[in-house]
Amino acid sequence: MLKVALLYPELLGTYGDFGNGLVLVERARRRGFDASLLSVALGEEIPDASIYLLGGGEDGPQRLARDLLAAGSFASRVGDGAHVLAVCAGLQILGRVFSVEGNDRYEGLGLVDAETARGERRSVGELAVLVRGRWLVGFENHGGRTTLSGDLEALGSVARGRGNDGALDGYRTQRVWATYAHGPVLAMNPWFADEVLATVLGEELEPLASVADRLYLERCKALGLNPVA
Amino acid sequence: MSGRGSGTVAGGRVGLALCPDLLGQLAKDRIVLLVSGTNGKTTTSAMMATGWGSDVTANATGANMAPGHVAALVRSHHPRVVLEVDEAWLPDVVRSTRPAVVVLLNLSRDQLDRASEVRQLAERWRQCFSDDQNESLVVVANANDPLVVFAASGAQRVRWCDVPTPWLGDATSCPRCTRPLAHENGAWGCTCGFSRPSMMTTTLHHGLDVAGVHVDLALSMPGAFNEANAAMAVTALAEVGIAPHDAMPRINALSGVAGRFTLRQWGDHRFRLSLAKNPAGFAAILSTIDSDNVDVWVAINANIADGRDPSWLYDVPFESLRGHRVYCLGDRRLDLATRLEYANVDFRVVDDQSLLPVADAPVALLANYTAFSDWLEKSAGC
Repeated sequence: MLKVALLYPELLGTYGDFGNGLVLVERARRRGFDASLLSVALGEEIPDASIYLLGGGEDGPQRLARDLLAAGSFASRVGDGAHVLAVCAGLQILGRVFSVEGNDRYEGLGLVDAETARGERRSVGELAVLVRGRWLVGFENHGGRTTLSGDLEALGSVARGRGNDGALDGYRTQRVWATYAHGPVLAMNPWFADEVLATVLGEELEPLASVADRLYLERCKALGLNPVA
Repeated sequence: MSGRGSGTVAGGRVGLALCPDLLGQLAKDRIVLLVSGTNGKTTTSAMMATGWGSDVTANATGANMAPGHVAALVRSHHPRVVLEVDEAWLPDVVRSTRPAVVVLLNLSRDQLDRASEVRQLAERWRQCFSDDQNESLVVVANANDPLVVFAASGAQRVRWCDVPTPWLGDATSCPRCTRPLAHENGAWGCTCGFSRPSMMTTTLHHGLDVAGVHVDLALSMPGAFNEANAAMAVTALAEVGIAPHDAMPRINALSGVAGRFTLRQWGDHRFRLSLAKNPAGFAAILSTIDSDNVDVWVAINANIADGRDPSWLYDVPFESLRGHRVYCLGDRRLDLATRLEYANVDFRVVDDQSLLPVADAPVALLANYTAFSDWLEKSAGC
């Protein structure tokens, strides 16, 4: 049973982030897996889940989400083996420190060795990231500049747009994927959705044809990228 | 070339560059009513201009930033003025034009790639009203939209309107302190003390009541959202001395505004054209589609005027179109088709519009901003 939990969509759902949950559940169901999508509202306990999704949010809601996550069982559930897909504000919250509202610094959850400062200007536009030989495409809209430390690996290298710092985007650990690409990212990149799904399910997946394949090729073409990089 | 005489947006831009206070000078000694909000600006402005009677100065559709306002005020010298104002421009335009009334319809996510995020916008509005020295200013505000209530709380004189506001997806956390807002039976409030106002000037439940007067609301345009727009238009006009009984029949007779909601002909096809450019607008229009209309056309672009990021398609409740067949049009038809496929809605991607089948009855065509303009331009009224 695949359980996908959207955490606080009221706070972290600014950029169609519900779409990532929908895509995971639908792509699992179409392959015959039992899958459910839970939406965790403010004030609710964090439930058991196979993967938690954290989306984008404005400054104030981002801080509130951080406080709620720090107070609840999120970190221990991730420690116990749950996976996480974190986009934009979600990416920042999982790190040690992030800055919003001017240059005030807030403590993050410290699950990864990343730090986000206020960027000199906002990063708004198409984003393309080379992830182990494949293009990840999406749209970014954030004011952060994220620096990775220690042995934390980036998700990929940036070919269009800014990502973390103009060179790298997001990060990847054994159980966490993080990126600045929304779109939503799993809808635009079916190969990435399946990579996340296969990892969470611990199984190899049969290919699944969908109109999203056409969308992915079209977006790569629009950005001047060869889809088989 | 002088910007003042031309009455165009380009002329307005030149004029403002030469004289930054041009808008203030042009608005001086006129009665100015402003309308802002995410959805319904154009329609509500048209309702107010119509309801006010003849000889009203108004801006052209879409020209809702200061250069467009200058153009409108240069083009027409009538002292009665209705301007629709882009949300981000509202504080500047309030300072320049010293309006008698500002109507705040609603606030929700729209074009996040170029506009401020919606909470920041509400805070800028609130600041503008609390700084305003114009003591005669009246704000007509939607009391059911927490972001609007927060913005209007900066003003001294507010007329609250209890009107249908189904989309509250951007107002689940308190605009003042970000804690969760508790919603119950249409009321809402936060532990910080911020809550829904209780003293209503206007209510729209069993008919329309404005300041204790029952008004016969019978619009020619569809949808509960247009009834909300009309209620707020009538409330605003009452503030400048137009009795609701005089304004309402004129507004009731209005059948379409700038092509919105009108029946159009294109080749052998007939369609009813609606503008829907963000999740709240889409949700409102989708609620007007009944099960008899099997075929629905939806056209999505992502040009600068539309917002270049179509991720908002995942915030639109397209699931309500199950049972219909949706034809995906526009530059971003594949983004739309992907959204619909995951929503388990039957869809066709239309790469060649000449292959669109002709339906017996007019189809519903929902289009976002530039897609709407494209379809309006290539079709004719019928």
